Amino acid sequence: MRVYLDNAATTPIDKEVLAVMFSVMEKQYGNPSSIHAHGREVRSVVELARKSVAKLLNVSPSEIFFTSGGTEADNTAIRCGIHDNGITHAITSKIEHHAVGHTLTALEKKGVIKLSYVNVDEKGNVDYNHLEELLQNNERSFVSLMHANNEIGTLLDVERVGNICEKYNALFHCDTVQTMGHYVHDLSHLKVHFVACAAHKLHGPKGIGFLYVNHKVKIKPLIYGGSQERNMRGGTENVYGIAGLAKALEIAYHEMDEHASYVQELKTYMKEQLLENFDDIEFNGETDPEKSLYTVLNVSFPESDMGDMMLFNLDINGISASGGSACSSGSNIGSHVLTGIGASPNRPSVRFSFSKMTTKEEIDYTVEKLKQIVPVAV
Amino acid sequence: MLYLDNLQIMLELPIYLDNNATTPMDPRVLEAMLPYFTNKFGNAASRNHSFGWVAEEAVDYARGQVAKIIGATEKEIIFTSGATESNNLAIKGVYEMYQQKGNHIITVVTEHKCVLDSAHHIERIGGKVTYLQVKPDGLIDLKELEDAITDKTILISVMYANNEIGVIQPVKEISAIAHKHGVLFHTDATQAVGKIPVDVIADGIDLLSFTGHKLYGPKGCGALYVRRKNPRVKVTAQIDGGGHERGMRSGTLNVPGIVGFGKACEIAMEEMASESVRLAALRDKLEKGVTVMEETYVNGNTQNRLPHVCNVSFKYVEGEGLMMAMKDLAVSSGSACTSASLEPSYVLKSLGLNDDLAHSSIRFGLGRFTTEEEVDYAIEVTKKAVTHLRELSPLWEMFKEGIDLDSIEWAEH
Repeated sequence: MRVYLDNAATTPIDKEVLAVMFSVMEKQYGNPSSIHAHGREVRSVVELARKSVAKLLNVSPSEIFFTSGGTEADNTAIRCGIHDNGITHAITSKIEHHAVGHTLTALEKKGVIKLSYVNVDEKGNVDYNHLEELLQNNERSFVSLMHANNEIGTLLDVERVGNICEKYNALFHCDTVQTMGHYVHDLSHLKVHFVACAAHKLHGPKGIGFLYVNHKVKIKPLIYGGSQERNMRGGTENVYGIAGLAKALEIAYHEMDEHASYVQELKTYMKEQLLENFDDIEFNGETDPEKSLYTVLNVSFPESDMGDMMLFNLDINGISASGGSACSSGSNIGSHVLTGIGASPNRPSVRFSFSKMTTKEEIDYTVEKLKQIVPVAV
Repeated sequence: MLYLDNLQIMLELPIYLDNNATTPMDPRVLEAMLPYFTNKFGNAASRNHSFGWVAEEAVDYARGQVAKIIGATEKEIIFTSGATESNNLAIKGVYEMYQQKGNHIITVVTEHKCVLDSAHHIERIGGKVTYLQVKPDGLIDLKELEDAITDKTILISVMYANNEIGVIQPVKEISAIAHKHGVLFHTDATQAVGKIPVDVIADGIDLLSFTGHKLYGPKGCGALYVRRKNPRVKVTAQIDGGGHERGMRSGTLNVPGIVGFGKACEIAMEEMASESVRLAALRDKLEKGVTVMEETYVNGNTQNRLPHVCNVSFKYVEGEGLMMAMKDLAVSSGSACTSASLEPSYVLKSLGLNDDLAHSSIRFGLGRFTTEEEVDYAIEVTKKAVTHLRELSPLWEMFKEGIDLDSIEWAEH
């Protein structure tokens, strides 16, 4: 049995999404910037996709810019949002994705900004009072906080942060890469200026994402050249990627309630099974459904000499999980998120992440295998 | 079924002759990509399980294929979202990395817009840029290039082959001049790779941009070659994050796109020798076929030119009307990236063409799937369109009457 429980790293593509992409690949191969029939036809594929995405998020199509993925979207929001608005102070947390954290530290190193970190508690919850304090005591700020943490799943109160930011005239960027298509984002209601998406986290293709930029904010491109994306992002459009992204988001919204409750049940079930079968199991981050991303369960296993071997042993048994973000899983440095919330470095932690394609049988199988792998099963 | 004069043919219309804008994907490429959409969907950065390893292995293999077509090594390939991003990374990344050494870069007025826009950005942030003019045949003057170098020059960026007229710059000579003065040489080889032999060692290239969708691969995936030895070149990342691509370009790798790009490079390399001969013959036939009409001119140097491109000006023909009359052909009057604007091509204008002539120019871009029947048809359509438009043109009538139009002083209304 091969069990994929690393859906926070990437998700398998939906068959319907693939069908849309193949049809574009085979039949609509023109360059959307060309003015002949081949070009015009492909242009309409791109613009229909933009319209569809905008409608789902309740914004104007002119506020959606396609990028090569979440990382580029985050970089565009942060670099251009800061530079083009003359901002000199930024606020983030120590548990952001590297696409946010490393971009901000690069700007700090260059002397472009002063960087402050808002406190987070041991579950990864942002200290909203501290955020307000930081905003009060600094120049106009750029705030970048993620909607759901990719390693521990703790959710941010986006509405509350939006209101706080508005009070201090701060720009608010929310990295929604883990939650896009998993929750309803009514962006005309939320006071957020930038939102990022990577299609491959919601059963769409890799290599495509988008950045939402609120119409009140003006930024210049991160990547120059050509007049694509209304002069905001140069480069021939990844047309099939864009078509696939839109389809993936449409499906996600269409099936959201059903899948959210299904996946939440799986997560709750796994949590209960683990508590029942093991002594001294803890969870990193929030696990309360109200406060936690339903696709992620980060388990802290009892201290053991075999801790380093956990993921290896899981893989041998056909279970794909992760110790943290895929983007840093190559390095031997521990997870910055777990360090950021003060988790014990001696307890092995494993992130299990689910999708609509995960089954209860796979959870049962995983728990059974864990009983063999984890040395201190009851 | 179509009837055009005596040529009775079955063709799917419009005929795609815009392969410099983008190319249809080769079915073999799509086939190679397929499994990486479905059962091999892992994140190449997942190091803890086989889904990740399989994806990483595929990326490594493709990196080899992509490196090979330009004579580079795997570690010198940085995957990006396309040539535009590669050009941005090369120019802005070198500027940031070598700022201590100098703030001057040299490029050419006929570069692709993304190179020029990146250069404008450098100027806005305090750098200096020299834009070299080109000779009437589209090639740069090497002496002018050398004269433009100062002790503050850190980068020369000259495209390998032009996207509108196909002329191939003397890359070896340019790199020799650059290196003589200790300057890095970047080339936008988007139109050249896969069409003509490109070798970063023999050509002396330090940074090279190219992309999948111009060589029958997928859109949304390109690469920047960054030399690792003699000299070791570094660029400052323009997109930060998880430290993918040796820290020079972060973001989850587009695994299927990369696999497709690799396969496209492999096929292009295998078929280049025969394909370039086939295309050159078809291109020459097309060119000969349309230039039998009087007052037609081929733009750019025809000796040093890509095998599949020709750019022809039809004098005394109104440009927009020409495109309309040729709607059975998907052709372009310039770069796709600027074709939405009504401005005449800046590339053609820099060769010395006036606005009218630049407007009445057509780029024919042949490709792997272009057939001889299509070329025959294109010749007929073009001749018919030009002849028809000229019949309607008072300027053509005056020309035929022997009036020297250039000497007329037009009264203002």
